[in-house]
Amino acid sequence: MTESRPRLLRSPVLGRLLTAVATLCGVALLVFIMLRAIPGDRITATLGTEAAALSPAQRAALEAYYGLDQPLVLQFLNWLGQLITGNLGISSRAQVSVVQLTAGALPVTLELAVIAILIALVVGIPIGMAAATRRNGILDGAGQVFALLWLSVPAFLLASVLLTYTARLWGFNPNGQPYAVPWLNPGLNLQQMLLPAITLGLGIAAPIIRTTRTAVIEIGGLDFIRTARAKGVSEARLRARHVLRNALVPVTTMTGLQFGYLLGGAVVVEQIFSLPGVGRQVLLGIQQKDYAVVQSTVLVIALCFVLVNLLTDLAYRVIDPRVRQA
Amino acid sequence: MARSVYRWCAGTILAGTLALTGCQAPVQTDPGTGSDPGTGGAAVVGVTSDPDTLMPWKATQFQAVNVLQNVYGTLTEYDKDLNTVPGLAESWEASADGTKLTLRLRQGVTFADGTDFDATDVKFSLDGILDEANAAVGSSTLSSVTKVAVVDPQTVELSLSAPDAALPSGLATVNLAMLSSEDDLGVLETEPNGTGPFSFDSRTPSQAIRLKRNDAYWGDKAKLASVEFRVIPDENAIVTALQSGNVNLAVINDPLVAQTAEGGTLTVAKTPQLSYHALQLRTQGVLADKNVRLAVQCGIDRQQVLDTAAFGEGEVVGPITAPAYKSDPNARPCPTRDIAKAKDYLAKAGKSDGVTIQTIVSQGEYATSVSEAQNLKSQLAEVGITLELEILESGAFVDRWVAADFEAAVALNVGRPDPESMYGRYFTSTGNLNKVAGYNSPELDALFAKGKATDDQAERQQIYTQVSKELEDNAAWVWTFTGYTYTATTQQVSGFQPMVNGSLQSLRTTTVG
Repeated sequence: MTESRPRLLRSPVLGRLLTAVATLCGVALLVFIMLRAIPGDRITATLGTEAAALSPAQRAALEAYYGLDQPLVLQFLNWLGQLITGNLGISSRAQVSVVQLTAGALPVTLELAVIAILIALVVGIPIGMAAATRRNGILDGAGQVFALLWLSVPAFLLASVLLTYTARLWGFNPNGQPYAVPWLNPGLNLQQMLLPAITLGLGIAAPIIRTTRTAVIEIGGLDFIRTARAKGVSEARLRARHVLRNALVPVTTMTGLQFGYLLGGAVVVEQIFSLPGVGRQVLLGIQQKDYAVVQSTVLVIALCFVLVNLLTDLAYRVIDPRVRQA
Repeated sequence: MARSVYRWCAGTILAGTLALTGCQAPVQTDPGTGSDPGTGGAAVVGVTSDPDTLMPWKATQFQAVNVLQNVYGTLTEYDKDLNTVPGLAESWEASADGTKLTLRLRQGVTFADGTDFDATDVKFSLDGILDEANAAVGSSTLSSVTKVAVVDPQTVELSLSAPDAALPSGLATVNLAMLSSEDDLGVLETEPNGTGPFSFDSRTPSQAIRLKRNDAYWGDKAKLASVEFRVIPDENAIVTALQSGNVNLAVINDPLVAQTAEGGTLTVAKTPQLSYHALQLRTQGVLADKNVRLAVQCGIDRQQVLDTAAFGEGEVVGPITAPAYKSDPNARPCPTRDIAKAKDYLAKAGKSDGVTIQTIVSQGEYATSVSEAQNLKSQLAEVGITLELEILESGAFVDRWVAADFEAAVALNVGRPDPESMYGRYFTSTGNLNKVAGYNSPELDALFAKGKATDDQAERQQIYTQVSKELEDNAAWVWTFTGYTYTATTQQVSGFQPMVNGSLQSLRTTTVG
């Protein structure tokens, strides 16, 4: 059956791309419907209970102003039509284009996600390896407790504690200043990213510790490792070249998943540390029923998620020759 | 020991990072947005949200109102005690029969773009607010205005359908801001152009709005060279920013957060709010019977609600919270909780076995809502009244409230300086919120009409005392308490005067430094 498909469609890259397009269409439809399913609209979000005082003519005027007077299908098609031309819509709150808003917010979230992932990898892989090397020993126990601790501490709590205590003990509160663009003030920008990245990084380090530990234990027990050891390969080289390299496949999967999660899931941390990222942009959009902002930003996040997954798949091919050959 | 090791480790990591970024820890950094050309410095005000509109006729959000009232001018203004004082109108005079109001305008006033302010702008603005196509939220304030006529460049005459003593006070809200007749309303959404003490400088969406001193302002010039409204979404983070000197001033709503700000280097001023907490009752179903409503009223210890939900941070109040007309909370059928009397009322209603009342509660709209509802429920359970709580997300709550789709609602409603504009729209049979309020009576209609017809302060006080009594005696709603607004300032701030309506209009007299 598979063999009968045209050769082009059997290409794994094209297959992935088609799946990605289908996923994005699904996300677009879902987010459009879900937004309208939430009680309230832009009018009640702006006026609150004062909306009850509107006369029918005033309400009609506002519906026309916010484009709520059109049938839902037409609203959806209009939005899709705009998307195709690269127009993500206009924020009814800020009165600027969503492209402009997202162009400002996405780099903030990307930078935060990259730094958080680096912290997670730097912390997670060595602890995971150490835990696997001394299986059931003190190091293993300590690593497991460490992982469990950061899995259990909610991000909002850690973020609040870090923010409050560093400010009170050392007067360190760079996030109280306006957000610094990295190419204009890299020093302040890195300071502003530090605590949020630690908050997120420690949370992500926990599953990386566990994944690394499990993978290293599993790989360490395989025949080719025993053979390499019998051939006299040093323990350090064995771990670095043979065990770690093979254990990196599940770690990469986990890292990719976590990175994708960070793109849309850093809302709480962005909120507490006043970072103007996409998470906060979506949250504010939902609160104020700024449909264009929410719809388009969620779609951009989904696009990033799909791209990260695609890159993760490609990374497998670099790490594992068997995937490359398949 | 462990604590000092922790501190040492954390400090070392922090110092290392700071060394890597090549910066010093920003202790007590200059919060200003630039150099200070004036004597009053530059202020940074911490706010939890970006304004949701910059169009003053549509602004109801607290943050939007606070920004815009510093940028736009109104015909009248409020002083610190909420008395109506001249604004862009130097004086006003009602005709003998009360159906004409003549406003004499201030000379030498200009908008931020340099154009002159005159009677044409007043006519353009008031007609624009009355035009339903503009969906201005303040249009009901002008409901008695039938015609706006320009007499000369400095004089405007308003023709009224009936005398309206509340009109001069109503003209002081930013929703009735004066716009230039040369302005395009669409452009004002991004580039405000007002006659206020500050003018719009710049905006970074979701991050900050910056204002600069309007050197052409008609009154005493603002002392501050600039004001930045910096968005810090979390109130705890605002307190931290105040403590580290990044922010100079902030209005805090959550009493718990305000407690954490007290002491140390910050000054926290408590101001009773005009806004009031109430259990709104609609006269339908079992609540159509006045005795059931009175049973609810007598079954509630308001101080207990205040203590439980807001840690005692507030005052028990009657219907009217405006300082000049304040209701006496003891002048009500049950000034203190009286379970026996409540049960008597239920018996009179033939409901000795108890009643059930569907009650909507908003979660997330304000900090104390759910605690209030739970306390009310437990108190009324002792009387035999079951409050069936529906705890709703704020959007769902607003939808149900706007549609008047509830029997009772735990609500925090906005108060106004004049009782007519505060309650006329709720409790008169023609009021645009009467459907939501769910109660009216010929007596109230007559009293509100009388209140509008006279501008004699003493007489109006008597009339609104009667309004208050009428509302309480019939248990139209159950008014519980009013909370505090907490204004936290750093030691560098002076001259700021918090107001009971939460207004930041005294930024014009504030200095930082």
